[in-house]
Amino acid sequence: MNLVKEEAKKTESTANTKEVVIEIKGLAKSFGKKEVLKDINLELDRGENVVILGRSGSGKSVTIECIVGLLKQDAGSVKVFGAEVADMTDKELKALRIKVGFLFQGGALYDSMTIRENLEFPLTRILKLDDQKEIDKRVEDCLDSVGLLDSIDKMPSDLSGGMRKRAGLARTLVVYPEIMLYDEPTTGLDPITSREISELILSLQKKNKTSSIIITHDMECARIVADRVVIMDDGRYIAEGSFDELHRSGDKIVGAYFKDIL
Amino acid sequence: MAEDITIPAWKKWLQDIGDQVGFFIDFFKNIFTGGFEWSEFVRQCYEIGYRSIALVSITAFIMGLVLVVQLRPALAAYGAASTLPATLSVSFVRELGPVIIGLICAGKIASSIGAELGSMKVTEQLDAMEVSGANAIQYLVVTRILATTFMVPLLSLLGDVVGLFGGFLGVNIRDSISFHLYFVKVIASLDFSDFLPALIKTVFFGLAIGFVGCYKGFRSNKGTESVGVAANSAVVTASLWIFVIDAIAVQITSLLFYK
Repeated sequence: MNLVKEEAKKTESTANTKEVVIEIKGLAKSFGKKEVLKDINLELDRGENVVILGRSGSGKSVTIECIVGLLKQDAGSVKVFGAEVADMTDKELKALRIKVGFLFQGGALYDSMTIRENLEFPLTRILKLDDQKEIDKRVEDCLDSVGLLDSIDKMPSDLSGGMRKRAGLARTLVVYPEIMLYDEPTTGLDPITSREISELILSLQKKNKTSSIIITHDMECARIVADRVVIMDDGRYIAEGSFDELHRSGDKIVGAYFKDIL
Repeated sequence: MAEDITIPAWKKWLQDIGDQVGFFIDFFKNIFTGGFEWSEFVRQCYEIGYRSIALVSITAFIMGLVLVVQLRPALAAYGAASTLPATLSVSFVRELGPVIIGLICAGKIASSIGAELGSMKVTEQLDAMEVSGANAIQYLVVTRILATTFMVPLLSLLGDVVGLFGGFLGVNIRDSISFHLYFVKVIASLDFSDFLPALIKTVFFGLAIGFVGCYKGFRSNKGTESVGVAANSAVVTASLWIFVIDAIAVQITSLLFYK
């Protein structure tokens, strides 16, 4: 009987064990004399959505650019899947970047290519797929999941801002990343499209079991997608918790973000 | 990100030189790393070469015509008007054709590459390519530099031929010479040593135009204003490089061919 109990406990504890996919410790980054990041500490668990809130220019984007090695930190450690990003060789960094999807603010679609070619680009150049049937299937599935299958042969210039972001998201998802980094996914969009994008992020997390860091100013987006919210101020994270916990917080700076939320 | 104003100008200049050398080494290494982007290379050859044909042809034709009209009084004063076809062909094929076509290409192609890559930087397309794990240097830089290196000599050859046709028209404004006799005189006056060094230097013109355009575009800042700056500085730098390469090429050619 005890053995059964112990086995059950062991199973339960395994299920509760969190696998940390991104671990940031003491991250600091300056540009000239301006200290943008001073002491950033963050962990992202597998399957978790973490929202980073902060004022414009507070270094939120710099944090996620350090995660994919676009920027190199001045101090501290950024580990992804247990490996230090700053110490990676070009080959290791390339392998990491296949696992980590990055959605840029404007979608960053290649404007000389159609939407189909945009999605085929990472499949043929990075994953080196050469089976056209498989490529077509992946491209069509991804565009279908973001509701853009009808626009497959359009040029990026023919799409609206929201459609471009969805197409950019589809291009990122087509290589099946394990981690997603979203840089202000709803900025500049109308409330209805913003809500659609937020719900899309949530459904992708549930469907693909991806872990995500979402940088946003959009509190409605944060409410929909966040498992955990961290608030950044003066190069540091000053508060962390669920959306509701922070909503109830009495802190003046934290409260400023939630004052218009009912 | 933000430019560091604390670094002295001379240090920035040295950093820029080092950066250019590093960029060229990156380009050179990527030619041989496999996975050459043939379709993009062909597309660039079309964009750079085919789309420049009209501009190059019109410019070369007018230059050939104008040169003959300007040369004629000077030569006629010495009773040497009959040497116009030979004078034009030697000066045009050796020097004027390659340099003028090089400058035209610097204006059209280097600026277009600089602006295209600069706007890709502003709209985060270069970053997107990098974070996706794709090789942006191989896809964007190698194809463009090799396309200019390949197409500028061809455009220069085209310019030479069209310029000589312009010269034919120019000669016939005041004098009368048959098409056959004009080209017999032109070909008789040209030698292997006129043609080959000129062709070789246009290869370097093409390399410089492609390299400068790509470098300026890749290293532009992220503001929209920097697209214009990248295009402008690409034209200025590429034009300057054409004169520098020309000066070096003339010295080498005169040592090797005109002793």
